[in-house]
Amino acid sequence: MISQIFSLAFLAQTIRITVPYSLASLGGVYSERGGVVNIALEGIILNGAFCATVGTYYTGSPLFGVVCGIAGGLLTALIHAVVTIHVKADQIISGIAINLFAVGITKFVLEILFHSSSNSDRIPGLPHIHLGFIENQPDVARLLGNPLVLATILIVVASQFIIFKTRFGLRLRAVGENPEAADTVGISVVLYRYLGVLISGALAGLAGAWLAFDQHSFTDGMSAGRGYIALAAMIVGKWNPMGAAAACLLFGFAESLQIQLQGAGMPTQFIQMIPYVATIIVLAGFIGKAVAPGADGVPYEKEK
Amino acid sequence: MADVKNGNRHWLEHPATQTFLIPILAVALSFAIGAIFIVIVGQNPFEVYSTLFSQTLGTSYGIGQLLFKTTPLIFAGLSVALCFRAGLFNIGAEGQLQIGAFATALVGMYTMGVPPVIEIPLLILAGMIGGGLWGFIPGYLKAKTGAHEVINTIMLNFVAAALVSYFVTNVYNVPATVHTPPISPTGRLPRFDALFSGFEGSPVNFSILIALLAAVFVWYYIDRTRYGYELRVVGLNPKAAEYGGISVAKNIIVSMTIGGAIAGLVGTNFVMGYKYYFEEGFSIGTGFMGIAVALLGNNNPFGVILAALLFGMLEYGGLVINTMVPKELVSILQAIVIIFVISSNKIFRRILVNFLKKRTLSVND
Repeated sequence: MISQIFSLAFLAQTIRITVPYSLASLGGVYSERGGVVNIALEGIILNGAFCATVGTYYTGSPLFGVVCGIAGGLLTALIHAVVTIHVKADQIISGIAINLFAVGITKFVLEILFHSSSNSDRIPGLPHIHLGFIENQPDVARLLGNPLVLATILIVVASQFIIFKTRFGLRLRAVGENPEAADTVGISVVLYRYLGVLISGALAGLAGAWLAFDQHSFTDGMSAGRGYIALAAMIVGKWNPMGAAAACLLFGFAESLQIQLQGAGMPTQFIQMIPYVATIIVLAGFIGKAVAPGADGVPYEKEK
Repeated sequence: MADVKNGNRHWLEHPATQTFLIPILAVALSFAIGAIFIVIVGQNPFEVYSTLFSQTLGTSYGIGQLLFKTTPLIFAGLSVALCFRAGLFNIGAEGQLQIGAFATALVGMYTMGVPPVIEIPLLILAGMIGGGLWGFIPGYLKAKTGAHEVINTIMLNFVAAALVSYFVTNVYNVPATVHTPPISPTGRLPRFDALFSGFEGSPVNFSILIALLAAVFVWYYIDRTRYGYELRVVGLNPKAAEYGGISVAKNIIVSMTIGGAIAGLVGTNFVMGYKYYFEEGFSIGTGFMGIAVALLGNNNPFGVILAALLFGMLEYGGLVINTMVPKELVSILQAIVIIFVISSNKIFRRILVNFLKKRTLSVND
């Protein structure tokens, strides 16, 4: 039983689930480190998945689809950025509205383009790199050879470096922690907050593209709460890229365990709760204190 | 500013301008943008909109459907509005209404044959306790540990969904369905069409009266009681409240619990007045829509009723126009309304401030 569960296929399943969580969760880190709460991740993922599907469907090129997915995420994040940074409207409500908008617009266009209210036509997946090992398990080999898996690992490591070791990261954290002080020393709060939100849009859009290629189609509402799990992982990971990715791995592990047990006919709802309950426990400070960036969620009003 | 003292206020400065003008403009603008989407589909916006209005407001069946969709939105909107006034952001109405509605169904299953005068209040109370408990948790966590209610309510929405899913699929299940066995016949609220033949076939029922009562309660509680006064002070300025001897922690817990209890009443519409059982996924997004309703209603209980009517109309209207344009048009409209309201509140205030500055300057000249 145990060996059946923790097989190579199980590992592959865990990775498959963890990749989009990690990308979106990193997106959350960039946005919130800059001081903008991004509940819109859910909608960004959905729009990213949709744009990736449409881009691939009409050009036949998955690579172009990836670009479209990122572009769709960027555009969606741009709405959030304009509304929250320029207009200084409430960040949480903006996020909720964008999530609602994404559900509506994707289904609306889906019906126009594919004449279906539930799913698109089939699209090809991403080409994979031949690894030369585990060829006897073609599914696993295909997954591990997926360029986005490698890209995700690189993005996680690079983000840890970017946020904590580069000038960009320092400035981003400064506008999220204490925008007045950052402004005083000449850092443009607006610019860095825009960058934070847009990077989060690109990453969450990429997460959406992953979902579309993984499933070879777009289905309505396919983000299915992943944006919220990504937010949860960001908190459990204490707003650190590596921490967030580790939390995503944990959540991905729990979810693939749940899928296995479901196959065995066992009730899995309690495993399903793990990410959410873990987040509540961490937030309550039972396992170390999770502290959000100082000015997270607060619009910046420049002194006149 | 001098004019204000003289009682000769410019209309732009009148609070009613902001309360009514912004929502109306937001709705009008969203319909205008929606028209672009309709044209893209190759339909005539005037035709689509006139169908939307005539099929919802023009027939008693349509009005019945509209009111049925409005009822849960009033509960959810009131829940969010009350918490808002206490400075709290309740994104958890969705989870609270799930737990509340499930509690109503659960108690209803086990109390067969109890007379309606006891059964109906009992089931209402069950919904309030279920929802209230789900509001109490994030309230308590916020008060005691400072954990942000936004994140905790989001998380608890998912926990609630998983929890009711467990009970509905594994414990109280009618085989081959995702709903519970029916509640006691004595716990059912009559439908309007049982009394007025005009509503024939539409599911609107007496729970809408409970919703209106809840709105009156929220108004009275917030505007006319000492507790409501405390709640508002905490919402406006928690430090001043604490300094003035008002317990911020207590008010956070109480507000979230009452907010949750009101959201928990959603079950009166679906469980007691419509299907007579709890069904998994019966409310997709009502709690989130409550945020939009509260926002559009300016967090005022009566504003919430009006906003809920509008959103209820849109929700049923989407189904009506589905043959012409995809019904998701209404989700797009709703999202645009929300974005316009939150943006225009800020933009309007800025215009107002600039306007007043200029006027002050000209007066000084």
